[in-house]
Amino acid sequence: MESKPRSLKILDAVTLILLLIATLLVFFFAPLEAVMGLVQKVFYFHVAAGWVGMLSFMIAAFAGVAYLRASHHKWDIVGLAAVEIGMVFAFINIVTGSIWARPIWNTWWTWDPRLTTATIMMLIYAAYFMLRSGIEDPDRRARFSAVYTIIGFLSVPLTFFSARLFRTIHPIVIGTNQPGAEGAFDMTGRMLATFLFGLLTFTFIFADLLWHRIRLGRLADTVEQLKMKTME
Amino acid sequence: MGLRYLHAIRAVLWKDLSAELRGREMLSAMLVFALLVILVFNFALELDAKTRANVTSGVLWVTFAFAGTLGLNRSMAMEKDRGCLDGLLLAPVDRSAIYFGKALSNLVFMLVVEAIVLPVYSLLYNTNLFNPGLILVILLGSIGYVAVGTLLAAMAVQTRTRDILLPILLFPVVIPVLIAAVKASSGFLQGIAIADIWSWLNLLIVYDVIFITVAFMVFDYIVEE
Amino acid sequence: MIERERDKLIIKVHKLVKRFGLKTVLRDLDFKVHPGEFVAILGPNGAGKTTFLRILASLSRPAMGEVYIAGYLLPAQAAAVRRIIGVVSHQPLLYGDLTAEENLRFYGRMYAVPALNERIHEVLDLVGLVPRRRDLVRTFSRGMQQRLAIGRAVLHNPEIMLFDEPHTGLDQNACAMLDNTLREVAARGRTVVMTSHDLSRSADLASRFDVLSRGDIVASAQRSEMNPNLLLSFYREATSASVQSGIRRE
Repeated sequence: MESKPRSLKILDAVTLILLLIATLLVFFFAPLEAVMGLVQKVFYFHVAAGWVGMLSFMIAAFAGVAYLRASHHKWDIVGLAAVEIGMVFAFINIVTGSIWARPIWNTWWTWDPRLTTATIMMLIYAAYFMLRSGIEDPDRRARFSAVYTIIGFLSVPLTFFSARLFRTIHPIVIGTNQPGAEGAFDMTGRMLATFLFGLLTFTFIFADLLWHRIRLGRLADTVEQLKMKTME
Repeated sequence: MGLRYLHAIRAVLWKDLSAELRGREMLSAMLVFALLVILVFNFALELDAKTRANVTSGVLWVTFAFAGTLGLNRSMAMEKDRGCLDGLLLAPVDRSAIYFGKALSNLVFMLVVEAIVLPVYSLLYNTNLFNPGLILVILLGSIGYVAVGTLLAAMAVQTRTRDILLPILLFPVVIPVLIAAVKASSGFLQGIAIADIWSWLNLLIVYDVIFITVAFMVFDYIVEE
Repeated sequence: MIERERDKLIIKVHKLVKRFGLKTVLRDLDFKVHPGEFVAILGPNGAGKTTFLRILASLSRPAMGEVYIAGYLLPAQAAAVRRIIGVVSHQPLLYGDLTAEENLRFYGRMYAVPALNERIHEVLDLVGLVPRRRDLVRTFSRGMQQRLAIGRAVLHNPEIMLFDEPHTGLDQNACAMLDNTLREVAARGRTVVMTSHDLSRSADLASRFDVLSRGDIVASAQRSEMNPNLLLSFYREATSASVQSGIRRE
């Protein structure tokens, strides 16, 4: 059994440090926004989490294509890891979105196209797990998962466009202006720096978690193999 | 190979239509279900004539989407029964011919249900739904729905959870079709200028093209072992 | 294009490996069949008989190894292989809501069988189902469904027939009828590979007996060399020997 490789240990440390710095930046470096106050700081994590959700989905879809072409089991592990992590971050995205929405527009939810799309993306992730749990044969499970991630990934931009088109034609019934857009409050230099750093940090967190999860997947496979040997 | 391919598609289509014409179980189930949904909406929404005009397309498409899953499930279950899918896979034609054959028969069944629901709805609510624009939207929307639905149904029928799984897999992915179809239908029914409806139709066409292509490319991986 | 094999083998399998996930079902399996042979593959449940037949039928892909059917390599030339094989598994592969005739018509079209109407009649005659041609398949007994399934399988006149435990679920009479049909089918110079766990039935039909146990062919004997009465002991010896060596291997 391989112990944690050195590069992973370094990545763990770097990620932790980045997260610490990012939190400090958010609370002490970035200025307090004039209109929204303290709650605006959720924005730094909210968007970064959303970004990771999309990134995961993209990686899962590419892993899916790779699996269909090469049939190499490792791509299935990558896909599964990406979807698992993506789901968590998509959830964080939605929850932080709610936290932001409540004090600002007095509502827990807005049918903002981005939020709507993020929710639908989560539903696709959930469906992915239900699909996997219904299949015994590992090869079929990997193939079907791969196909579904591809289909899901292709549908998400279309969902976003349809939701956005919907918004431009109809005015928003609840709430005032469009707070989801980046331009809703102008970002000062400090805010921008914090925001970008937040994105970087979350990307590192994603990579770190992905690597750990893939290792976990490989270990699980090894256990299965040993089990098989003892049973034969 | 080209002509053989088309003959195979036609053979699959003919087989599905013949089998259904015999028992008509699937069509009746879809129809009864669709009418039930409309009735429930009637009581749930309690609409006056004005509001109803806004809600009609939504009600229609929700109805179609749900009745559609019944048809998709049944159509694939027929192949699982008595191992017929293997029979199809043994035929010396490209596997995608099976996909197109099944998708076409699914489309036909869906259109039949829609063709019956429209006049019934018109009668029940004294609305005129005979609008060529609406019919175009129904066609485009159904094509998109069936293109993805056939593929996902082929997957779902091979899992342990089967029927339950299809709506879970299908609905999140088919949302762009539903949104665009509802908006475009609404547009046509309310007599909005076609220039405004155009973006929705565009979206439908793009969706249809993308997913028919993708489904055609991946269908092999779904059915092989 | 890969050329047809020069030696007179119609089926050639070399070091075939098939896995389901982490479990190896077929291991380094070698198998050869000459044209016109009727090979019965015997073996206990779980030995891998159905898996092996599905690979020969192009329904399943080998993980490793080579499979040549009439010189065509699987899975690369699967389409060519499908034209020349007829498959009968324990499921009939028939549509219950269609009549016998409609089922055959459907498959005839899928295989682009020429002069289809005449051929359908010929086949129904062969399997003894002409009076039931317009009846729905779901009204057929299992035995009749199996016979129609054979009809479906020979419709396009394949050189090679693959049967997967065709006697499953049939009573004595139905079995006897099935055997007659099998003999007729085999008589026309076709190559037949049939898996079975029913020794007595295969004893009458096959020209060669192979034993598949724990994923490999462990014994093979020609009917001419062996007294069919000794078939049972031959089989028992072969399967227990493989279990022993399997334990030793691990």
